[in-house]
Amino acid sequence: MADRQVEQIRDLISRHKRWDSIFAVIGLLSMLVGILTLLALFIQLFIDGMPRFHADFFTSFPSRRAEHAGILSAWVGTVLVMLVTAFAAVPLGVASAVYLEEYARKNWLTAIIEINVTNLAGVPSIVYGLLALGLFVYTFRLGQSILSAGLTLALLILPVVIVATREAIRAVPGSIREAAYALGATKWQTVRDHVLPYSTGGILTGVIIGLSRAIGETAPIITIGALTFIAFLPHSPFTPEFPFVSFQWLLDPFTVMPIQMFNWTSRPEEAFQHNAAAAGVILLLMTLAMNGIAIYLRSRIRSRLKW
Amino acid sequence: MTSVPGKKIKAEVKNLNFYYTSVHALKIISLDIPEKQVTAFIGPSGCGKTTYLRCFNRMHDLYHGNRYEGEIVLHPDNVNIVSAQVDPIEVRMRISMVFQKPNPFPKSIYENVAYGLRVRGTVKKGVLDEKVEQALRGAALWDETRDRLDSLAFNLSGGQQQRLCIARALATDPEIILFDEPTSALDPLATARIEELVTELKERVTIIIVTHNMQQAARVSDTTAFLYMGELIEYGPTKQIFTNPDKKQTDDYITGRFG
Repeated sequence: MADRQVEQIRDLISRHKRWDSIFAVIGLLSMLVGILTLLALFIQLFIDGMPRFHADFFTSFPSRRAEHAGILSAWVGTVLVMLVTAFAAVPLGVASAVYLEEYARKNWLTAIIEINVTNLAGVPSIVYGLLALGLFVYTFRLGQSILSAGLTLALLILPVVIVATREAIRAVPGSIREAAYALGATKWQTVRDHVLPYSTGGILTGVIIGLSRAIGETAPIITIGALTFIAFLPHSPFTPEFPFVSFQWLLDPFTVMPIQMFNWTSRPEEAFQHNAAAAGVILLLMTLAMNGIAIYLRSRIRSRLKW
Repeated sequence: MTSVPGKKIKAEVKNLNFYYTSVHALKIISLDIPEKQVTAFIGPSGCGKTTYLRCFNRMHDLYHGNRYEGEIVLHPDNVNIVSAQVDPIEVRMRISMVFQKPNPFPKSIYENVAYGLRVRGTVKKGVLDEKVEQALRGAALWDETRDRLDSLAFNLSGGQQQRLCIARALATDPEIILFDEPTSALDPLATARIEELVTELKERVTIIIVTHNMQQAARVSDTTAFLYMGELIEYGPTKQIFTNPDKKQTDDYITGRFG
């Protein structure tokens, strides 16, 4: 009798374990679908773009002849637009998040704001483009400029920055806040000396995830009127005379990497497809590099925090 | 009985009531806190002893919907520290606190101790250095940390972290230090050191300690208050409370019949 019971238990276990292995296989396959597709895409782009990877590609303006065309104006434009985006989105987003988490009372008004901030993250980017066209380009007369583009993308990623910052702030334990308050610190001293420094890792991650999204955006930038063919650089931010910096570039026309790619892919000649692929690889690498920096900074900052 | 005769009074609690939104958590509590002595609050979980302690540095003001009634009068200047007219920050500058779980900042040992001084605007390195050393000596932590003041507070053991928190509370020369079950997260050896420290510190500062450990109250305190369901049941010299309490409830609690 006892032997038969043990037999039954073993039977049961092996049947259950079969499901274990079946699920492991399903999970592995699902994961491979994602990873292999991405990898194949990247390799395809890399092979297509291969003939174009040399220094000239980075230092040449676009040209009617594919073999002379480069991404100089595009990558400079992308870097400058990202700079404006970061400078606008970080202070606005972090300040909003600090206000919502540390200062605002929890009531129906803040609940509505909270829901709307989350919803804003899901608004299609072209809608932001239309808003920016009306607001920045026409109302504020900022023109079809780097500044308009940067502010547009800043609006686009603001919800991401706010949500990530709030989460990072919430991860700072209440006991640390109480320790600061118990020593006689004001709310602002507590935020400045403790809450913000300890949540920097999470905030940075949010900012970089936001920027990675912004760097690939095409629709809102086209809507506000970025050029698709541009054979000159914006004004330099540095000048030889006092005060050595200039903000003229903010109002210059520009193009960015995804628009340059879009322009090339719509050309009939095959040679331009290689240019598009090469630019795609560069854009992907820019995004990966940003994510890499985010991961590095986060682990560095978190290694100091234990609670 | 709400006062202990023949001792100088540091704070007088008069008809204190406390409400969490609609919950009446503390009911008409009155007692005197003697100066430079250890006063212990004991009682079963949920009796209100920590709630009571946190009235003394207005910790409840950090959360919305809490309300005090009555007075805690701080001597010698007779300020009612739970009055809405008194800024809670002013109260916390005078009365510091050590929490249940060691909660050092993720900063260096030095910066942990110096933070209270920095909040008060002290910037001179010489002054900070001196005060930090004094506080660490006061918390019996100087010898262990003098060579690694710049290392992170988290590298210390649990007991050392709690002594660091005591040093942090001590650095600003408070009039009263509140201890909220300071040894509940520590092993017996670390607990003994903290108790020893509390006994030493009462030479310099008034101490109020909340504990669920009755032996601890008996060992470290001069006067003991027994709270139950938000009410003060009995208050008197520790010796009397533990050997010959007036109330049956107190007797039942200290002999372990409930709680």
